[in-house]
Amino acid sequence: MNVLLDHFSLFRDGFLGTLSLTAVSAVIALVLGALVAACRVSPVPPLRAFGTMWVTLLRNTPLTLLFLVAIFVVPQVFFPGLSYYTLSVWALGCYTSAFVCEALRSGINTVPVGQAEAARSLGMTFGQTLRLIVLPQAGRTVVPPMSSILIALTKNTSLAGAFNVFELFGAQKTLSELGYSIVVIFGWIALAYLIITLTLSGLFRLLENRLAVAR
Amino acid sequence: MSASVLYDVPGPRARRRNLLYSVVGGAALLGLLVFVVMRLYSQGQFESYMWDLFEYNGIRQRLLDGLVSTLLAFSMAAVLSLVLGALLAAGRLSDHRPVRWVCTAVVEFFRAMPLLIMIFALYLSVFTGTPLWALVIGLTLYNGSVQAEVIRAGINSVPKGQAEAAYALGMRKTQVMLTVLVPQAVRAMLPTIISQLVVTLKDTSLGYVITYEELLYAGGVIMRNTVTEGGNPYVPVVIVVGTVYVLMCLALSYLATWIEKRGRRSRKGTPPAAPDASAPTPGAVPPQMAPEAALEAPRKS
Amino acid sequence: MSPMKFRKTAAATFAVLALTATAACGGKEGTPSSNAKPSNSSGETPELPTYKVASGVDLEGSDTFDRIKKNGKVTIGVKNDQPYLGFEDPNTGERSGFDIEIAKMIAADLGLSADKITYKTIDSKNRETAISQGQVDYYVGTYTINDERKKKISFAGPYYIAGQSLLVRKDDDSIKSEEDLKGKKVCSISGSTPLMNIQKGNYGAEIVALDKYTDCVKQLTDGQVDAVTTDDAILKGYAAQQPKVLKVVGEPFSDEPYGVGLPKNDKVFQEALLDALQNHMDNGDWKKAYDATLGLSGSPADEPPALERN
Repeated sequence: MNVLLDHFSLFRDGFLGTLSLTAVSAVIALVLGALVAACRVSPVPPLRAFGTMWVTLLRNTPLTLLFLVAIFVVPQVFFPGLSYYTLSVWALGCYTSAFVCEALRSGINTVPVGQAEAARSLGMTFGQTLRLIVLPQAGRTVVPPMSSILIALTKNTSLAGAFNVFELFGAQKTLSELGYSIVVIFGWIALAYLIITLTLSGLFRLLENRLAVAR
Repeated sequence: MSASVLYDVPGPRARRRNLLYSVVGGAALLGLLVFVVMRLYSQGQFESYMWDLFEYNGIRQRLLDGLVSTLLAFSMAAVLSLVLGALLAAGRLSDHRPVRWVCTAVVEFFRAMPLLIMIFALYLSVFTGTPLWALVIGLTLYNGSVQAEVIRAGINSVPKGQAEAAYALGMRKTQVMLTVLVPQAVRAMLPTIISQLVVTLKDTSLGYVITYEELLYAGGVIMRNTVTEGGNPYVPVVIVVGTVYVLMCLALSYLATWIEKRGRRSRKGTPPAAPDASAPTPGAVPPQMAPEAALEAPRKS
Repeated sequence: MSPMKFRKTAAATFAVLALTATAACGGKEGTPSSNAKPSNSSGETPELPTYKVASGVDLEGSDTFDRIKKNGKVTIGVKNDQPYLGFEDPNTGERSGFDIEIAKMIAADLGLSADKITYKTIDSKNRETAISQGQVDYYVGTYTINDERKKKISFAGPYYIAGQSLLVRKDDDSIKSEEDLKGKKVCSISGSTPLMNIQKGNYGAEIVALDKYTDCVKQLTDGQVDAVTTDDAILKGYAAQQPKVLKVVGEPFSDEPYGVGLPKNDKVFQEALLDALQNHMDNGDWKKAYDATLGLSGSPADEPPALERN
């Protein structure tokens, strides 16, 4: 039981590492995902093709492989000198953006065409239609999948632990290297993850309820 | 693209504008592609000595063995996770409160755990000499829990009247489940189940971390232990291994779309007796989750 | 392009690819690595020694040897990613390196020829378990003898005294010893002893922790880090693999006696392994094996170390 007390700073650093990885890559994923979704629903064929390719490639590649590309290929071929943290965050962000894009796109697709047609016949501009009619309705359908995407992202950050970014998986490895029982370590690490994921899903449930009231 | 929520069918001016955007966007994308290719080219990544290694029998055999190991782990995990998923779903729908609680706790716990951490812990504690089992059991626990939720959602999405009618005919609970609810639920949820299987397939690559010799591990050994004139062949190996993964996953997702289409066709073939009991088209899924959204939601590792 | 059509094309491509992969005919043999024929500084390729296989060996009261005899083969735990030390050719699957030679000379004295040896790649963190559970009969792979490990397994050795050292790019003259590491990026394996030594030493270096030494070396050649630190034996292997790009610098600043790991309390087996090591150190095989492997890095062999008998 004293693993936690003896190495509290290790656990704390791991916990904070996981949190910051999750937060930063979530922002990247949301921004990139929105951009790619915009490409995918745009009336411009090359952009649509790009969006489709982005999603197809990233959704069907194992994240481990993506990390290998980010850590070993990107610095050698494209941008030398980036830190491991930056590379990891981009790998996670790009991977997750494909899922965010699909959630957004299918959210937009669930809005009945008649809604937008009615808005346009009232003389609303494209921006108004999007802002006042389509996005509020799409947002509601997007919240539940978005919650599971972000929780998955939290768990995926553990892969960065193998590449010089200190987080909970790194803490687990270091402690098991120091000779503590893996079962006890796993218990504490599991608890840390539960705290993050349960908080996330709680927040999203709140958001969902908030939006549901407005219906 | 016919009717879209976002814009009307473009008129002549919009068409002209779209053409302009197409040209500009196309040029930008082409530029990006050229940049990537030129960068790779100038680094000598397309030189024949970098790609030579794929002509060797031993390398091919190693990649093939890796592929077989990946498929082996995948098929074991797929079968076991579906079995576990069915059991847990049944448990969560049980009439006995303790059973329900236990199953809910199990599902929630394993869904919240990073697979990597679970596999690593299993490998160090229980399956020390057998990474295959550490991988398969880890995959089964995680994906089984997700599949349980999918199956449960499927069963809950079957219109209530179906079960009520079955009970009214004097069927027992097991009978109602097996002959009425489960067949309809499976049909509704099959695409989602298969896309979760795609996740399972991708996650077999985590075996790499615990030295299970699957496809990515084989690729790792090849790119680390080969030194050509231009250094380690990371780029060629990543391109080849990545392509194989993408194609495998696409083949599986293609299966999902195909089954979905077939399912829709056969549903049209047998018109339901009561118009009230049959939900509108893909409608077994609750309106909150449109079919695509439902497909996306659990489709993550 | 409709997604349907795209998928069909993809499926077809996949089938073709799979067929190409299986069609082994017409493929090349040998190794795809460019430095298949290495040479030392004087330009000649040193020959690996050959070992005379002993006959009629019997070790009374050794469980490990009984298992070897029953199986008719010996399973040796090794590493697969350390060039000229414990290395596996990705194409032929052939093992090579100094540790592999040590494994072979011991096997020969136990009466087992090279074709009776099965190698098994075991990760550093699983070595004790693999030995105590009998997954391997003995283990040769940069295995430092220490008291912590002696609680779980036994050692025969040391057959080599390694020490922590630094690997840098050949054109980099700014690092000559561990004292020059201030502000430099130094790579090693997460949680390993060399990494902790650097941390404890307060050299002012920035630590980079990865999963494999090969990854560290790749980062070094790409310019992402400035040095790789671990036992000099491992570093010499990489320097021998890419002699134009890499070099080992500095005097070793720790002692890492390498031993052969074997099941705990099998005294008879331990004695047999020690005798085998002594035998090959005395007849010159040890030196020959070193010259043909780690010696290619340019660092000459010291005298073989004195074995630890108890």
